[in-house]
Amino acid sequence: MAYDCVVLAKQVPDTHRITGKVMNDDGTVNRSALPAIFNPEDLNALELALSIKDRFGGRVTVVTMGLPGATRILRESLYRGADEAILVTDIRCAASDTLATSYILSCAVKKLDYDIVLCGRQAIDGDTAQVGPQLAEKLGITQITYVEALEDLQDNTIQVRRSIGNGWQSVRTGLPVLLTVTGEANTPRVAAARHLMKYKKARTPGEVAEEIKVMNPDAVEAEIKELCESRCEALRARGLLIEQWNLDRLEADLTWCGRSGSPTKVHRIQSVVLAAKESKEVPPTDDGLAEMIHELIEDKIIA
Amino acid sequence: MGNFYKDNDDIRFLFQHLDLAQLAGLCEEGYRFAEEFDYAPSDGDEAVQNYEMVLDAMGELSADFIAPRAESVDREGNTLNEDGTVTRAKGIAEALEKLAQAEVMGFTLPYRFGGLNFPNLLYSMATEIISRADASLMNIFGLQGIAETINAFACEEIKQEYLPPFAEGKVTGAMVLTEPDAGSDLQAVKLRAFEDEKGNWFLHGVKRFITNGCGDVLLVLSRSEPDRSGGLGLSLFVCEPGPTVHIRRLEDKLGIHGSPTCEIFFDNTPCKLIGERRRGLAPYVATLMNGARIGIAAQSMGIAEAAYRIARDYAASRKQFGMAIERLPAVRDMLIDMKIAVETGRALLYETSRVVDLAVAYNKRLEENPPEDKAELKSLKDDARSYKRCAGMLTPMAKYLCSEMCNQVAYDAIQVLGGSGYMRDYASERHARDARITTIYEGTSQLQIVAAVRGVCSGTAEKYLEDLVAKEYAPQVKDLLDKLAEGLGQLKAAVEFVKDKGNDYMDLYGRALTDVAIALINGYLMCDQASTKVQMDVAVAPGISSTDGQTVPMKQRKTLLARRYVEKNAPTIKALTELICQGDRSTFSDYEALVGPVQEQ
Repeated sequence: MAYDCVVLAKQVPDTHRITGKVMNDDGTVNRSALPAIFNPEDLNALELALSIKDRFGGRVTVVTMGLPGATRILRESLYRGADEAILVTDIRCAASDTLATSYILSCAVKKLDYDIVLCGRQAIDGDTAQVGPQLAEKLGITQITYVEALEDLQDNTIQVRRSIGNGWQSVRTGLPVLLTVTGEANTPRVAAARHLMKYKKARTPGEVAEEIKVMNPDAVEAEIKELCESRCEALRARGLLIEQWNLDRLEADLTWCGRSGSPTKVHRIQSVVLAAKESKEVPPTDDGLAEMIHELIEDKIIA
Repeated sequence: MGNFYKDNDDIRFLFQHLDLAQLAGLCEEGYRFAEEFDYAPSDGDEAVQNYEMVLDAMGELSADFIAPRAESVDREGNTLNEDGTVTRAKGIAEALEKLAQAEVMGFTLPYRFGGLNFPNLLYSMATEIISRADASLMNIFGLQGIAETINAFACEEIKQEYLPPFAEGKVTGAMVLTEPDAGSDLQAVKLRAFEDEKGNWFLHGVKRFITNGCGDVLLVLSRSEPDRSGGLGLSLFVCEPGPTVHIRRLEDKLGIHGSPTCEIFFDNTPCKLIGERRRGLAPYVATLMNGARIGIAAQSMGIAEAAYRIARDYAASRKQFGMAIERLPAVRDMLIDMKIAVETGRALLYETSRVVDLAVAYNKRLEENPPEDKAELKSLKDDARSYKRCAGMLTPMAKYLCSEMCNQVAYDAIQVLGGSGYMRDYASERHARDARITTIYEGTSQLQIVAAVRGVCSGTAEKYLEDLVAKEYAPQVKDLLDKLAEGLGQLKAAVEFVKDKGNDYMDLYGRALTDVAIALINGYLMCDQASTKVQMDVAVAPGISSTDGQTVPMKQRKTLLARRYVEKNAPTIKALTELICQGDRSTFSDYEALVGPVQEQ
């Protein structure tokens, strides 16, 4: 039996490469100072979907919501073996918190066929781990979070192992289901050579328009539109058009999107700068070590 | 997140410096495949873009996935199970799965079988990158010549059966050649191939030291003509593992522990003939082994690169006498020599791979699509022959140079690390063990020299060097070219001297002759790199030497390198050619007296 998987992915600033310049004075992240990458655990979700496709067949569709630049991670998904990629982009999505984001994504996923929806456990920029669970609620399907292994999948039943922090649970449920996947689940595959060679030319209509504008600086809008349409058609015929959906295409209720759909209010941001104030010498003796351990336990640094 | 392609300035430089678009044009046969295959490139720029994207992905896989597993692969090795199956080291099994997913197991195979149709030069680059992560994985990744041999010589039916699964990474292969009494001398192969009355072929006998003998597709060299001794009695067969193929033993080896080395007993195993009878050794296995030699040279490059990097880092961080040990003259000298050895080895390997690509492409055109115009046909024939001869000389040279070089570099790397390098805490000792096989298998260094020296003395080297001399070079290497010209004169004199002394004299001084020829070829290749049009700045180490600032143009760096290489080699070339021209034959006349008798037990 084949299973259709939808993977939700996010382009994030690479917070593992934090340097001094990445925080703005107001405590927000200066995104331009960090390279934009495929959120690591979303890659684990994609890998799980691709391994399901390898074993059982079916299609893997990757959806991302973001600025047009997020198309890069969609191409990366195609390089790794996804069958289809969809960019949800709309200026009216700006300032969405996790609630609005999960609503918008649910509108997109509802337009697709799916048996299994896969998300990374959390994104490394916000670390909320909320979007996956909220999305499951909005889709009205079962969710299993913190998935670290697929144990069994047959007919309409899936069994996975999920982390519960100090151990694991093995749980089984019917399809459809939404899984949030942890970094322990697998090691993502690298890009496949033939897919790289083919999909390096994959473009969204927005990117096509940009390229045409650069190549025809003097063209009027009608000409550009016409050129875009024929170019997109040519790309679609070769399977190289990345779908681009806006909120109208999603038939989303705009009051649930963007700022108006986001109840989260940032009350205050505190920029915490950690600096060493004093040092302490621990003698390399049994007593010295015991004292240090004791102190660390007292300070609740280790348990 | 590492990347063994992106972090290697020299490979990235050569990627731009060498004319990859020219090779792409030949491989893609005028970009005619783009219509039929949606991933085939439609012009040179796109082909080169493809090459780089694939190297980039392999660089990432090598750094982040393969390299971290190399140590446990080395410790774990392979296991021969009671039922005769072989379980690979976990890290190797996992890496093979990732390589299959990366679609790089049909690197040079045609598109129609699911391959990438990449040139050999790119395959050498990829093999080096993989080997830097884990040399033993190369013994499986680097066996794609088996599929190439099937592609070159088997009938269409066999190609259709075996090549797509190779390209998908579903199967791995083995070159089943060596026997207990047929090592370097494959003409002595005894394993019997016989035909039943229906024309079905079977194999019977023992093969030994078979790399990846537990693979899924076995290419077996066997004696199909029992009444005929020597190479002309041998044919090449393909078979699969099954109840009649028994892995009897896994060798317990010094290095490359991830690569299973098998002894196989074939007990009337059904098989299929590749190509024609009696052509098994020449040309089929000879072609297969030439490809494999380049593979070993690339493996050697990977080991050398890995070993050098550990030594280089250690020399900067290890402090003795109140300073980093790289400040000590003996250590810095060793490190520079290691780095130059790596870059000159790479120069020769990539040049060899490029010439092989040209030879393959020209000969393919001659066979499949010869020009009608007589003059054009003649010129194509001349070019094809000339590239083939050059490839025949450069291949053993590259195998010899790179394998010896990686042993020296791995040895010196341990020396730089001192006691720490001798311990298993560092990968240096693994590199030294892995390196040791490279001068032995796919033909020992001594046999590479036998092949290479014939090119040196037959005029092939002279003609090839003339072509190198005729290239355009930047003015700043003019004095180096003069030095090289002097060396060229000395080589010619030595070759002249050897000519009427007989083959045994030529072989006696084969190593000296080959070393001189390689030093000259590499001298010109380094001058060519120093004359590059590529604009690229590379980082320099912080230090006390002449380089100020943090980067240096690669062209300037390569000029420094060429200068040191050519100037240091000039006296060696002179000494070696003098030695050759002394006419000393004591090896023949005094052997018995000098080595003494075999001790009686």
